[in-house]
Formats: sequence, structure tokens, C-alpha cells
Amino acid sequence: MSKIIKLKKGFDINLAGKAVHKIADSIYPETFAIKPTDFVGMKRPKLLVNEGDNIKAGTPILFDKMQENVMYCSPVSGEIVEVKRGAKRKILEVKILADKTIEYESFQSYSPSDINGLSRNDAQAQMLKAGVWPNIIQRPFGIVANENDSPKAIHISTFDTHPLAADVAFTLQGEEDAFKTGINILKKFTDGKIHLNHDLNAEVAKVFAGVDNIEHNKFSGPHPAGNVGVQIHHLDPVNKGDIVWTLTPYGVAQIGKLFSQGKYDASRLVAVCGSEVKTPQYYKTYSGGAINKLVEGNIKQDHVRYISGNVLTGEKIEKDGYLSFYANSLTVIPEGDHTEFLGWIMPKKNVLSFHRAWGLFSFMNGKNKEYVLDSNTNGEDRAFVQTGTFEKVTPMDVYPTFLLKAILSEDFDNVEALGIYEVIEEDLALCEFVDVSKHDVQHMVREGIELIQNG
Amino acid sequence: MFEKGGKLEKLYYLFEAGETFMFSPASTAKNKGVQVRDAIDLKRMMMTVVIAMIPCLIFGMFNTGYQHHVAVGEATTFLSLDNLLFGARWVLPIVLVSYAAGGIIEAIFAIVRKHPINEGFLVTGMLIPLIVPATIPLWQVALATIFGVLVGKEIFGGTGMNILNVAMTSRAFLYFAYPSQISGAVWTQLADKTPVDGFTGATALAVAYDSSTAGGDVVSALGDTFSFSNLFMGMVPGSIGETSTLWVLVGALILIATGVGSWKIIVSVFGGAFIMGAIFNAAGINPFMDMPAHYHLVMGGLAFGAVFMATDPVSAAHTETGKWIYGILIGMLSVLIRVVNPAYPEGIMLAVLLMNVFAPLIDFYVIQANKKRRLARATV
Repeated sequence: MSKIIKLKKGFDINLAGKAVHKIADSIYPETFAIKPTDFVGMKRPKLLVNEGDNIKAGTPILFDKMQENVMYCSPVSGEIVEVKRGAKRKILEVKILADKTIEYESFQSYSPSDINGLSRNDAQAQMLKAGVWPNIIQRPFGIVANENDSPKAIHISTFDTHPLAADVAFTLQGEEDAFKTGINILKKFTDGKIHLNHDLNAEVAKVFAGVDNIEHNKFSGPHPAGNVGVQIHHLDPVNKGDIVWTLTPYGVAQIGKLFSQGKYDASRLVAVCGSEVKTPQYYKTYSGGAINKLVEGNIKQDHVRYISGNVLTGEKIEKDGYLSFYANSLTVIPEGDHTEFLGWIMPKKNVLSFHRAWGLFSFMNGKNKEYVLDSNTNGEDRAFVQTGTFEKVTPMDVYPTFLLKAILSEDFDNVEALGIYEVIEEDLALCEFVDVSKHDVQHMVREGIELIQNG
Repeated sequence: MFEKGGKLEKLYYLFEAGETFMFSPASTAKNKGVQVRDAIDLKRMMMTVVIAMIPCLIFGMFNTGYQHHVAVGEATTFLSLDNLLFGARWVLPIVLVSYAAGGIIEAIFAIVRKHPINEGFLVTGMLIPLIVPATIPLWQVALATIFGVLVGKEIFGGTGMNILNVAMTSRAFLYFAYPSQISGAVWTQLADKTPVDGFTGATALAVAYDSSTAGGDVVSALGDTFSFSNLFMGMVPGSIGETSTLWVLVGALILIATGVGSWKIIVSVFGGAFIMGAIFNAAGINPFMDMPAHYHLVMGGLAFGAVFMATDPVSAAHTETGKWIYGILIGMLSVLIRVVNPAYPEGIMLAVLLMNVFAPLIDFYVIQANKKRRLARATV
């Protein structure tokens, strides 16, 4: 039965520079990149192409030696112009110069009735080969799913509560059939339920409403109510030994298009947002696009930070950098490398705080005030002192402080018992934001996950 | 010069402390992870507690002067400059010595252990002066502070790792090492003048205990000097910052409004003390037990301990459920110790220290329950 779950804990970070529902005139990036570092848990990426090779959209570019069947494919057709490597020849970026018109590798396409008769094995083979498999993320651990598993359930969150997050429904307009096809394909992979989790306070968008024979759940509350990890915790928690899969709605639609149109379609709408963007709106591009054209002439000042993704879980990239595989937004905020005289005690009203300690008056501004936040850490690393705040922003029956301390002391049994199977970085990102002692909470969570994976 | 390889590299963290005190640092978020951070930092949080204590400190200075003038038989009004100056003359040196002694220890440990100087001492350094009598010798303040910081905190690994409340450890050290300077008729700074006839200098707790053993009614023995309203206002002898329940409550309001102190702990300590007082009322074996339960809340250091000592986040219970249990037990134990074993009239001190020790155990069971819930739904 579908459920309605109202969450209270959490915190909304209301930033200035929301993308308006408008798609900019086509500005296509010239280059694209595949970055092995986007795929958490990828151990030994192996290249399948060389510099100078001509490729099509959907041509395999690399794979992980530890998971040899999953192909990571080119989002566009064109030429491999550079393989950028770091220390120990680690592959950082595989850069592709795009053609003017995209040519696609052709895969088998199916009519809706054929899709019903398609076997799991055939569907799986096509998904692995054509580059859509990395859309499937496995819980626990938040890594690309193992193709040999049958998950106990598949969860898809249809809304994103991250600061300045792209409007998921807006980015999927016109994809109704693709999304439906994608869900039909996914049904072949689990005997359990497929959960589509909606925002209780908004109308369910057309693209999601028409999907039958699955669970439609609704969630309300501040961020992280839109995080699929939080939703899983309340619907059907991940226990030791369980495998659950999660996808973004975009990933579902991409899988759908692979089967209905027979191509790897990496085109997507990306929100360019943040306080330093002149006209925050949506741009049509492909996964892994260069950002230079999106920001050229569109930024209010020079001293900014470009973030692939959102301000809580994103990654800083350079002005000539590339969006990550999973990112559907580019956030631009002021860089915060400035000192402030007596900044630790001066009263402040225009900087956001979850706390109300002396001189922090942002709680008086109300919920609708939009903030311009920069990347300053507003303080230095300290020992754990304050207690109880992490719990206030984590709407799960998990004690983050105790979990983090268990991770720090590599206490394997407690890391497991305190709920490492239920969280990935994004679920505890707010803890990192509100932390008085400025710990790298998300980094610690990943260390805990690796401790369990390797243990 | 202070950077790695520089001449004064060893003193880097001392320099860092000074620099970040003047200017908040220019450090920015790492490449991966949150890109924006909350405006709070530990300095601000700790300063909030210090600010919450300032009303108690100022009242304590007035009261030190007031108690002196009353004891030596000079006419005085409470809010006179005379009282304030007299109080400042005796109280501020204690504050300075406490900050200096503790600060030096903190700095030495920061340099040896190569970690930044933690701001926790901003609070400890202010707490210690507020829980000692104005007559205390300064060398004892220094010794107690050093003992508290070393034994209460640094041997456990420094800020965030301590089991005991540092200020309470210092207070307990004084109590057991130098009992004659912290019990009996030490609460009034006479400044070498002769007190008037009939001056005892006793605190309300001592009076209550004495009348109880003599078999009289406690409330009448407390008389006008220690009437409920006087005790609440705090114009009575006692440690510098603890006498006025009113100004402690003002501090409590600041802590609760800012969310820096746990309201659960504050409320539950008062609740626990009242419940225990009421239980004693019901038992009524001796006159002290018959004393109305609400008197317990305004006598001695209970209010100050509840608001500023029990709420220390590091030494208190860390779980929200645990905080209720921790607070109630502190309140009940304080009154139990006061009434049943009046050899230790200041029950709150021992109650807080005892519950500091038990706080991890309380958390252990709360966490264990969480683990069991998780385990219960697993099938493997």
C-alpha cells in the first residue's frame, strides 16, 4: 500500500539564484568529458579508446576492471581529444570534441508490447552495453549496482529538496512515454516493489502520475525529505544483507529511451543557478558537458566557485571544467576566501545558520528570505563538542554522532550496528553544514562505508 | 615565521589562536562535500555561554560588596557603586587568575599535542570563579584550575573527550583538598574588618541542616534572611555567582533561546530536585525533610549547577532521551545528598560529577535500544 509520510526534522537552505522555468536558446558545449571519479567506488578504470578515435554517442569509453560488464559510454559523437591523467597515471578526464550533429550507436529498439515479453537477461545485456547501467545505484554503499543482484525493492524520488535543486518534473517534460518504458524495464529486475516517492505538497507531475502497478508514496518536510535514502528508511529500510536499488527519474527515462528508440540518449536539461548567475535558467546539454559556454557572460563577478551539482553534495570544478555524470545543475556562488575582523562574535543577520547562538539572527528572517552564501567555512576544525544538532537535521532513526565516532575509531561492529547500511554521503550532508566543529562528515561516511566494504 | 619550517613553528597554534581571534579565517570549503557552511563556529557557541554567565558575575560582584557591608554593620543599599567596586576588587582577580592558569595549561597542551587551542576554556575559566567564595586565596584558584584542566580534561585527551565537567572537577578538588577555605564561614569577604555581633556567615543550607539536627522547624530557622524570595533574588551569602536564582534563570533563558544549552537538561534537573524534595516531604522523618520542596530549587548552587554545569554538552548525556534521565537523576541526587548526608551540603557538585560518570552508561542503553530496533527488522 502506498504511504504518506510527514517528516519534521531537517533544514531547508534557501539560496538566492533559483533557476526559472525557462530553457535558454541552445548553447551547446563543444567538449564533453567522462570522469571516472564521478562513479563512487570505481576501483580500476580501463580505457577502451585512444586519443584521436572517432566515436558515436553510446560507444563504450571505459569500464571498471572490478565490474567488467558495465560500460561507460560517450554522451555524444565526436573525437577523443585528450585523456587527462593525474598522479600514478590515474585517469581524470576523457575529453570528447563533439560533432555538430550527434550520431548514435544503434541498439535494438522495441515496441511497447515487445518490452513486456523481453527477458531480464536481454534487457540487462543491452543496458550494460549501452551505458545506462550506471544510473542504477545500489544501497547499501551508494555504488553502481551489481548486475547479478536482484534487489528487494527499487526506489525513485521524484523531487529534490537540495538547495537550488533543478525541478525534476520540469527537466522531464515530454518524457512521459520514456519514463513509463523505463519503469516497465525495471520491473523485470525485482520481485519486490518499485516505489515512486513524491512531494506531498505539490501536484504529482504528469510524467509520474500515469505509471501504474507501482507504489506511489508521498513525503513532506524540509530537506532531506527528497533524499531517496531517507525515503527508503521510512518505507522499507535496508538491513544487513539487503540490496536495494535507487535511480533518478532522469535515469529511468534514459533507460526507457534506450529500449523505445534504440539509442543512448544523454541529452538533459541542466539548471544553471546560484547567486552569481545573471540569468538563472535551464540549458539543454548532454551529460558531462563543459561549463565554459554556460557561464560565459552569464556571471556577475570573477571571484566565484563553480559547483557541479548542488551546494551540499556537489563538487568544485574549474571554469573550464565539466559537469559530472549525475549532475543536473551547475551552481555558482561567491568564493569565500576572505577574513573577517572579529567574525566569530559579530552579530550577523544575512548569513544563514541553523543555530541561534549569540549574534546569529538569521532565524528571525523567516523562511522566505533568500541567502547569498559563499564558500567560507566560517570557523575551523574542532573536536566534537555540541550534541544533539546532527539528530535534528537527520529525519531517520540513526544517531549520526555515534556513527561518525564509531567510524573514526574504525569500530567495525558499531559502524554496522549504528546504521551504515542506511546512509550515504548525501543523507548526512546537512550534518556537515550545521556542524559547529566543521568536520568533513560526508568524507567520514564514505570512509565508514569503505571500512565495511573492505572488512 | 609560524608556518611549517619557520623559526617559531612550534608556536604555530598559539599564533593561530591569536590570529583567528582577531580575524575569522579565510578557509574555504573543500573540493568535495558541502560547499557552504553554517555561520556558527565553536568560538561563538562558547561565547554565548560566557555571555549567559555575565548577569551572574555582575550580580555576584554587587552581592560580595553587599554581604561585606552587612556583615561589618555598615549601612548599604544593594545596588550601590560601593558594593560593585568592593566586589570587583575581590572577584575580578579570581577571574583573571582562573583564565591565566587554565589558559597556560591549554596552550602548553596545544603546542605539545599539535592541535588548535580549543575554545572550551572560555567557559571553564568563567565558571570556576562563579562557584568559589569571594574569600578564596588566589593560589588555590590557580591550583584548582590547573588540576581541573589537567585531570578533568587533558588526561582524557582534551576538549571533547573529557568525562567530568572541568569546572566541577576544580570545585571538588578545592572541596576535598582545602575544606577550610571552602566550607564553614567563608562566604563573606570581610576584608580584615570585624563582623557585627551575631554574624555567622552561614549559608542557607548550613542553617537548614543545623536547625534540623536541633529539631526545629527549618523554614522558621531560615527566617527573614533566607526567606524564599531572598533566596530567589540571591542577596544571601554563598559562592560568587550561584546565589541568585533569578539571574541564573536569565542565563538559562539565554542558553535556551539560543539553543546552546539543552533545555531538557535544565528542566529535568529542576524537576528531579523538586520530585525528590516532595518525596522527602511525604516521608518527613526529620525537619530538613519537611522543608517545602520548592526551597531546594533556590538554595545553594542547585540552579547554577542545573543551568551551567549539567548542560556542558561534552560531559552530559549525548542522546536526547539520555538527557532527560541524566537531568532528573542529577536533580534527585543533589537533594538526596543534601538532606541525607549533610556532611556534603553542596549536593549538586557531587551529583553532577557522579552523573558525568554515568552519562556514557545512559547513552549506551539509549544507543543499544537503537541498535536492537535495527537488528529486529533484519532477516539475516
